[in-house]
Amino acid sequence: MVVKHVVHIALFAAIVAALGLMPPIPLPVIPVPITAQSMGAMLAGSILGARRGGLALVVFIALVMIGMPILSGGRGGFGVFMGPTAGFILSWAVAAFMIGHLTERSWSRLTLARLIAFNVLGGIVVVYGIGIAWLSLVSGVPIDKALYGSAVFIPGDIVKCVLASMIAMTVKRSYPVIRR
Amino acid sequence: MTLGLHLPGDSVIHRLPVGWKIGCLLLASTGLFLVSDPAWLALALAGVAILVIVARIPPSVMARQMAPALVILAILVAVQAIFASGREALELGLRFGALLPLACLVTFTSRVSDMIEFIERITAPLARIGFDPAAVALALTLAIRFIPVLFQLMTEIRDAQRARGLERSPLAFFAPLLIRTLKMAHEVSEAIEARGDPAPPDGPAGRSRANRK
Amino acid sequence: MIELRDVSHAFDGRMILHDVHLRLDQRRIGVVGANGSGKSTFARLLNGLLVPTQGRVLVDGLDTRTDGKAVRRAVGFVFQNPDSQIVFPIVSEDLAFGLKPLRLPRAELDARIDAALRRYGMERYRDHPCHHLSGGEKQLLALSSVLIMEPRHVILDEPTTLLDLRNRNRVVEALGDLPQRIIVVSHDLDLFRDFDRVIVFDGGRIVADDDPAPALAHYVSLMS
Ligand SMILES: Nc1ncnc2c1ncn2[C@@H]1O[C@H](COP(=O)(O)OP(=O)(O)OP(=O)(O)O)[C@@H](O)[C@H]1O
Ligand SMILES: [Mg+2]
Repeated sequence: MVVKHVVHIALFAAIVAALGLMPPIPLPVIPVPITAQSMGAMLAGSILGARRGGLALVVFIALVMIGMPILSGGRGGFGVFMGPTAGFILSWAVAAFMIGHLTERSWSRLTLARLIAFNVLGGIVVVYGIGIAWLSLVSGVPIDKALYGSAVFIPGDIVKCVLASMIAMTVKRSYPVIRR
Repeated sequence: MTLGLHLPGDSVIHRLPVGWKIGCLLLASTGLFLVSDPAWLALALAGVAILVIVARIPPSVMARQMAPALVILAILVAVQAIFASGREALELGLRFGALLPLACLVTFTSRVSDMIEFIERITAPLARIGFDPAAVALALTLAIRFIPVLFQLMTEIRDAQRARGLERSPLAFFAPLLIRTLKMAHEVSEAIEARGDPAPPDGPAGRSRANRK
Repeated sequence: MIELRDVSHAFDGRMILHDVHLRLDQRRIGVVGANGSGKSTFARLLNGLLVPTQGRVLVDGLDTRTDGKAVRRAVGFVFQNPDSQIVFPIVSEDLAFGLKPLRLPRAELDARIDAALRRYGMERYRDHPCHHLSGGEKQLLALSSVLIMEPRHVILDEPTTLLDLRNRNRVVEALGDLPQRIIVVSHDLDLFRDFDRVIVFDGGRIVADDDPAPALAHYVSLMS
């Protein structure tokens, strides 16, 4: 393993963690501030690519598991993964990997629209798919009810997809990482 | 040392090796999903309560850590009570009511560094398939080291943004954050290389030099 | 001794260092020059972080191109920003990092860590998180983490730039006591007053190489 890759993985895991410690960020249009932590998977995937992006989120999840209070709201430890919403957190690693994979494949002809599509696919479809399936499985609450319950968060998450994509495009222009 | 949620102590549970605690937690969680009789689940809950007392975890600390999960749990229990049956709601409440504090207990009584050592140990066999356990441990400790560094960087960037009236522009926050982090990653990897390879001689990190520019 | 034989270095085809031919055998050597004149590139060549595109760099007879590992063991490197070079969360863990591959017995490891902490009076920080240290203490920790490996040469690239006056003085004092060969890159000219030799870079070339007084005078006239 290349030392620099390990450092990329670790520093992005640390970014996701530090985002959990920051107070929510105010947005231009939307009145409520957002917690930026769930953008972590999108940013890691679309900046670092599949392998490093996915592993950054794996490291983040491992840190939560071993007792760092780094999920927004200061949560951490095994308890998080024994709760009914663990699927949402675990899905971040899959989402980052998938976003990274799609981004890498179209790296040389990447457009904002395309990156937004990737982030919606990974950051919303994958995250909600895994999160809701998990919730329903461990709690016995039927899938449709679990989906209605979570649907209120989807508009905010779409805003995050757009933001993360714009940010990643800016970073790509001044400091491309994937093809280096 | 103020890292993580660990609460120092010398109870039996504190002294139990980390691997044992995690193993027991996995067994217990599987068991709790196999059992559906509320009487047994209630017994398990009582058992967990005793363990929490033995480990001398203050109830307030435990409550603060579990509160967000308990809120969601309460909603789910209500949903089950309305749409399914009272018994299913009770089952759900007892099962997670036992599982959550048990999991928190493992966290409170284990040191982060012991956990990392444990992870390094259980991932050691993966070396045969080209996976580097030393790199895993390095990634975890590096990440822990850089959480406060990045938090400080975020605070600085946010203050600079405010000074320029850009506080509602996420782009003006994230772009400098990420670019500075990537530059820092370059410096950090240089420093690690300058301090010698973290892996044993001829280990995977030793080979890294050849394929670097 | 560190020796550069007809060394040139280019990044992406752009020449940054031209034809450097040097023997570094004094104990305290300073390096000055304008921003972008190639000082950091020069410093990185000395411990094999960079391998020259032309010529050879020899450290005690070892070629950085072929014996990178042994060279890095012989040459310690301290960077400008202590936050980028402290890689472990706890002070003692960071000190132990480089020693890990040596697989020392626990007692010896502890003894070396304690000795390293004592050198700069930082015993009380042994089990502290690194991010609680002040900037100067962080730089002293970074220096200690390098010295604990017992290198024969130590290169420092702007070690005091980010420090306030008091912390700068602590680091300078620490450098004064080192038995190793030290090569210091800095814009802080005062630091070089009692050095054995000062090398001045300009546009990737050595334009002066002398005792501190004449070399620094040359640099000052160059800059004005
Ligand atoms: N990795 C790199 N890739 C491409 N160019 C580089 C790289 N590192 C340095 N350079 C270029 O080489 C030149 C010399 O850089 P160097 O860092 O050696 O200067 P310096 O003398 O240390 O300057 P300063 O006083 O600002 O630290 C600069 O023009 C810089 O842009
Ligand atoms: Mg420099």
